[in-house]
Amino acid sequence: MSLHALGTDAPGQLVILSGNEAIARGALEAGLGYAASYPGSPSSEVLGSLGALARAGGFYAEWSTNEKVAMEGAAAASFAGVRAMTVMKADGLNVALDALTSLAYSGTKGGMVVVVSDDPGAHSSTKEEDTRYLVRACHLPLLEPATVEEAKEMTRWAFDLSEAVGLPVVLRSVTRISHARGSVTLGALRPAPRTARYDLNDRFITTSLFHQVLHQRIGQTRARFEQAPFNSCEGPAAAPRLVIAAGPSFTYAREAVRLLGLGEEVRVLKLGTTWPLPEDFLGAHLKGAREVLFLEEIEPFLETEVKSYWAQHAAELGPVTFLGKASGHVAGAGAPGVGELTPEIALRAVGALAGREFEPRSEAFARKVDRLPLHDLPPRALAFCPGCPHRASFWAIKAALELDGRQGVVLGDIGCYTLGAMQTGYFTLKTVHAMGSGVGLASGFGKLDLLGFTQPVVAVVGDSTFYHSVIPALVNARYNDAPVLVVVLDNSTTAMTGHQPHPGTGRHATGDLAPALPIEAIARGLGVPTEVQDPLRVDETVESVYRLLKTDGAKLLILRSPCVLLPSVKRLRRAAVDPARCIGEACGCGRFCNRAFSCPALVWDRALERARVDDVLCSGCGVCVDLCPRQAIAFQELASCSR
Amino acid sequence: MQPVNVVIAGVGGQGNVVASEILATALAACGYRVSVGETFGASQRGGSVMSHVRAARGETPGPLIPKGLVDIVVGFEPLETLRIIADYGRETTRVVVNPRPVYPLAVQAGEASYPDSRDLLETLGTLAAEVTVVEATELARRAGDVRAQNLAMVGALVGTGWLPIRPDAVVRILGERFADEMLRLNREAFRLGLEDVRQRV
Repeated sequence: MSLHALGTDAPGQLVILSGNEAIARGALEAGLGYAASYPGSPSSEVLGSLGALARAGGFYAEWSTNEKVAMEGAAAASFAGVRAMTVMKADGLNVALDALTSLAYSGTKGGMVVVVSDDPGAHSSTKEEDTRYLVRACHLPLLEPATVEEAKEMTRWAFDLSEAVGLPVVLRSVTRISHARGSVTLGALRPAPRTARYDLNDRFITTSLFHQVLHQRIGQTRARFEQAPFNSCEGPAAAPRLVIAAGPSFTYAREAVRLLGLGEEVRVLKLGTTWPLPEDFLGAHLKGAREVLFLEEIEPFLETEVKSYWAQHAAELGPVTFLGKASGHVAGAGAPGVGELTPEIALRAVGALAGREFEPRSEAFARKVDRLPLHDLPPRALAFCPGCPHRASFWAIKAALELDGRQGVVLGDIGCYTLGAMQTGYFTLKTVHAMGSGVGLASGFGKLDLLGFTQPVVAVVGDSTFYHSVIPALVNARYNDAPVLVVVLDNSTTAMTGHQPHPGTGRHATGDLAPALPIEAIARGLGVPTEVQDPLRVDETVESVYRLLKTDGAKLLILRSPCVLLPSVKRLRRAAVDPARCIGEACGCGRFCNRAFSCPALVWDRALERARVDDVLCSGCGVCVDLCPRQAIAFQELASCSR
Repeated sequence: MQPVNVVIAGVGGQGNVVASEILATALAACGYRVSVGETFGASQRGGSVMSHVRAARGETPGPLIPKGLVDIVVGFEPLETLRIIADYGRETTRVVVNPRPVYPLAVQAGEASYPDSRDLLETLGTLAAEVTVVEATELARRAGDVRAQNLAMVGALVGTGWLPIRPDAVVRILGERFADEMLRLNREAFRLGLEDVRQRV
């Protein structure tokens, strides 16, 4: 439905789009010609939707091998006068940062928009970085949409700004924009012109000579920000209490003022252009303010910037008390500057400004809730899906290391398999850092033999990660002869972010077929001994891992089995416990299938005091059939119509 | 005017996102401006998932519902429904719930126990202004695939009449969103959920 709305040229029509779709639509309304990205939640659906529309829309869209390459591809399009966009999550900007700091110096030509989605609260991330500090370090224009609709308008505007000042413009989204949906009024689609050309009079060179030019361009940006349609102030002009809000926090601020009945006492200043600050606009509204509250995510970025502006103009502006995360007045979910800014935090902070409280529940209801044993309710830890091949892989790696007995260390990185550090992965992973970091670390550990290190090291990576950033580390381990076992958990997709293709899948972002670049061909080309194994055959996998741990040098084991959530993976059978064979606690297995192997489909039937397979959850992978010590689990074939 | 505030509560993999999208589109068809705040990503892997669906006349509401202002909880799983009403609900909150438990890992591992199902529903009854229990997984099984429980629940919600959504609007929206076997399945699950509740009202 959304894809349909996204590609419809129906100006004025009110539709529902996700924030990521709205960003994609804004780009299409701006005449986008080139889009490149590497998937990362919560940003992935921008390129996902563009890829699906690219062929019909006459523009180019690709899933690149990593964010730096995506950034460079978009820059090339810009240099050829084409409007270009690149999209990534906060962690991705770290990967692309070297390229972006250089582009800030060299400048760009065709409008270039860099979309970065931060994840306050780390709903689908390992860190919660505030990208705004990096954008400031690059000296690039920074925009922050407050609503899904504004995300579209801002994206469109960002292309014009980029061309006007000759710089990439960063649109900073957050989870509550990217993964929100909202009503959006469509504008007209604008096809990309067929005029891509590199003018040989143009030069895009990074040299320190351009540092000064960059400062001039930021000055021009500031002038444009003064007039930008994304900054506004509502409430009584003379009110000494002012809330400054950016991003979705603005919607919470506005609702808090309304719920607290403070519409006549508090002003709300919305900033959409957050670096460089629109100083004249800001100064005009700071005048007369005596208490200023900041609502923003994640860190006190605006708070610091505005305080710095005030310090420069203190004589004209007079005394102001600044309340925010830096001052300790605005909580984060964890601590100030930690976690998502929720409507409740906004309500408390705005209420405290005026000495008001908001309590929507009756006392009787609140008392009933207080009496509930909520803390005794079982928490819901993340778990590998039923039938996930990663569960079998971690089981096998752990078993092989126990057999090996030398206290082998397993190193990980980012993907579904990060859960290998948790209960669902038997706490197997001991380190988790950046994409591909496990292999770099393994390479380092592997050279510690000189210093008395005797433990084997295993690095676990994903298939998409292999292309993204494992190759340089693998070359390093191979060339320096580090004895490491790299295990690729190859589920034939980029699973964590929603099944995007990668160079091993044989598909492009558009869905078109492409010749795949198999991981084994690359590794063997580097002279790395490589084996491929099906992880669902657990015994054979244990044996492979055990054997490879004993060999010298760098080697690669590909554990290949597709993600069970892929639409192409059909469920043809399921496992079932034979209640005559399973004897429950009397077995002595300690409820192995549910307590030790812990597939979510293996539940304990309290009435029968036997294990039972939840037929809704079971994917039929059959690993429990092999592992049950009493052979009490067997396959049942499914008629395809009665799932 | 206060927005209409609905939370869809469940566990990763139960189809929250599709349900919230269908519900928001149906509310938009009633002339509301809508917003949905989703929590997904890592939560797809067995964690708690909630979608905030908000509808208002005039201005589009923010993506999250302030705690205590939820009008309706659509619960795909009873334990998650209890958590949500305790955290986000108030005395006027109404609940439509699928009573089938999805056990957390800690329960499987024997480190925690899952509350008795009858106790859970009873507790929901003491908190909510009204509770409608719908065996949505069984209805979806009858429709052809247990995974369509999300559409059976959307059908049940529409069947309660708590929102001004017309069933034929949802049937049309499903037609724009799905095709072939998925369309047939989802429409059938929606119909079974709708009728299950309607025959009780």
